[in-house]
Amino acid sequence: MFKKEAEIINSLGIHARPASLIVKIASAFDSKVELEKNNVKVNAKSIMGVLMLASEQGDKLNIIADGKDEKEAVDALVELIEKRKFDEE
Amino acid sequence: MKNEILRGTPASPSIAIGKSFVYSPKQVVLSSLREKKDTAEEIELFEKARKMALRQLRNLRIELKKASDPISSKLIDVQILFLQDPLFLNSVEKRIKVKKESAEEAIVNFSQSLEKDFRDIPNSYIAERYLDVKDIIERLLKNLKEEEPDDALGKYGDIIIAETFTASTVLQISKAGVGGLIAEKGGRTSHFAILAEALNISAVVGVNGVTEVIDSGDEVIVDGIGGVVVINPDEDTKRRFEKKKKETDAIQKKFLEQKDLPATTIDGYSIDISANIELPIELPFIKKFGAKGVGLLRTEFLFLTSEDVPDEKEQYDFYLKVAESAHPDSVIMRTLDLGGDKVFKTKVQEENPFLGWRGVRFTLANEKIFKDQLRAMLKASAKGNIRILVPMVSQLEEIVKVRSIVEEIKLELKKEGVAFDENIEIGAMVEIPSVPLMADFFSEVVDFFSIGTNDLTQYTLAVDRGNKNISSLFDQLDPAVITLMGMTVKKAHHKNKWVGVCGDVAADVMAIPLLIGMELDELSLPPSFIPQIKNIVRGLSLKECKDLLGNAKKKKSAHEVRKFMKKEMLHRFPSLKNILVEVEDD
Repeated sequence: MFKKEAEIINSLGIHARPASLIVKIASAFDSKVELEKNNVKVNAKSIMGVLMLASEQGDKLNIIADGKDEKEAVDALVELIEKRKFDEE
Repeated sequence: MKNEILRGTPASPSIAIGKSFVYSPKQVVLSSLREKKDTAEEIELFEKARKMALRQLRNLRIELKKASDPISSKLIDVQILFLQDPLFLNSVEKRIKVKKESAEEAIVNFSQSLEKDFRDIPNSYIAERYLDVKDIIERLLKNLKEEEPDDALGKYGDIIIAETFTASTVLQISKAGVGGLIAEKGGRTSHFAILAEALNISAVVGVNGVTEVIDSGDEVIVDGIGGVVVINPDEDTKRRFEKKKKETDAIQKKFLEQKDLPATTIDGYSIDISANIELPIELPFIKKFGAKGVGLLRTEFLFLTSEDVPDEKEQYDFYLKVAESAHPDSVIMRTLDLGGDKVFKTKVQEENPFLGWRGVRFTLANEKIFKDQLRAMLKASAKGNIRILVPMVSQLEEIVKVRSIVEEIKLELKKEGVAFDENIEIGAMVEIPSVPLMADFFSEVVDFFSIGTNDLTQYTLAVDRGNKNISSLFDQLDPAVITLMGMTVKKAHHKNKWVGVCGDVAADVMAIPLLIGMELDELSLPPSFIPQIKNIVRGLSLKECKDLLGNAKKKKSAHEVRKFMKKEMLHRFPSLKNILVEVEDD
């Protein structure tokens, strides 16, 4: 299992478009990928799950992956959230 | 109830009479007609319906792209992801297998538990995404009944009533040949209202409580000119509206035939009549309704419907397309006018959003967004037919700052070797009274002015039109507003700057002589009103308009101005009486 924390930086939070990006990227990996906020865990490959986390600017998420490509999966999502800021800013 | 009259905002100038269908994507009805089959078959049925839905959505996406609406097509992407969501698929499968539910039951029960979860989300924007899920659920249920949802609406009625409409529903409605729509929410500038007008569907919007008083199957009149809805009209009312419909249709047809005649008064005063445009789908209407270019291109929809900030390239493609559609006439592109009723979904909390961080105040503080937009406009300007309009200007300094950003971008583009219009004009919206009052100074820093009468009225009279308790105080023909408009034109002309009007008043027949009397240079209005307004202009003389303005200025209230103008205009254009027919409330 591999785990990292990422902070939501973009001002709009995880609305529909960022959520779709997370799902698309997470689905590209074989590992089980989950997001965790305030002890609530959701499947990062599920758009409904990701939306229901209702993450806003300033929230900190744990990205947890388990499987062959767990490190790559977590790193890709951290990059999307913190570096690319969902290509929004 | 018999002959019940409701009022709303007229949004598309035609009349439709017919059977109603109350469209409620929120109410999912379980079809109980089907016998439950065994587990494997139920799962197969679900899979079939799901694949059908995927196919339909992909086709819809192609269609939206063809209609040059790449933005709405992105919303379809989200729905497609819902259909592939493992959480959704596993849960439905489990319900069918373990709880022995039918495909329909499993879908509905899943959506109900999901609705509860979404309702608990404090962020209303994300919570609203549940509507996308509802859309999908509805589509799946219809597919299970093997009904084609895309053309179903027209089968149910001629007039569709809903709380609000999505762009794709309006497209479906127009394909189904529906005559009218009534929305409980929304205003004239709502996405769907603009689409309805563009597609020539009669529409009244913002009709409070309409979905509760109309039942599917009721006979309904939609008067998109007067903003009136009549439910189950009596014979007499119906006859009156049928007559009005016949007459307005005939008049509109006549106006349309003469759309390309110039807007020149009897004594030779010419005024440009151009179009207010927002959506790609409206572009053909520039030529169809005889507009001289685009007098106001709103750009908010690019930012609002795509749920994210569109990049320079995406904006450039759209701006270039608009500029090409209007060529050789010009397009006035307004930079992002964010705020008020079009708030971005940020967490910005403001006590008074209308007095707050909107328009140029917002864009100057978000330079990346602003620069991307200005760069896109400049890059699209190579043919020299684009002008830039800045909204919500209250201070001279704001225009000075915008100019320096534009100059910066020009240098960048030169270095990059990109062609653009070196002399691109930059204008200010006149919405806040400080601009007319300081117009002498503003005339030194802008190339033109465009008066947004809706906001100018709101800020002059301190009236929020949406507030029912005071909305009767709102009138764009208030003498104070007329005075400020006249002041702007006079001061601007003195410095050889031109002035246009792009608010609702430009489509108000009663206001036209006053606007001509001020010697405005341009009027910009919703496309479908253009042929009629051009016809009115051709029937007036500059001299009489000046006299009418002089007399109107002596009136002490908006009510007196209206009374005076109505009398004068009916005298000059007796056929207006047909268009102005009002229903009397009991």
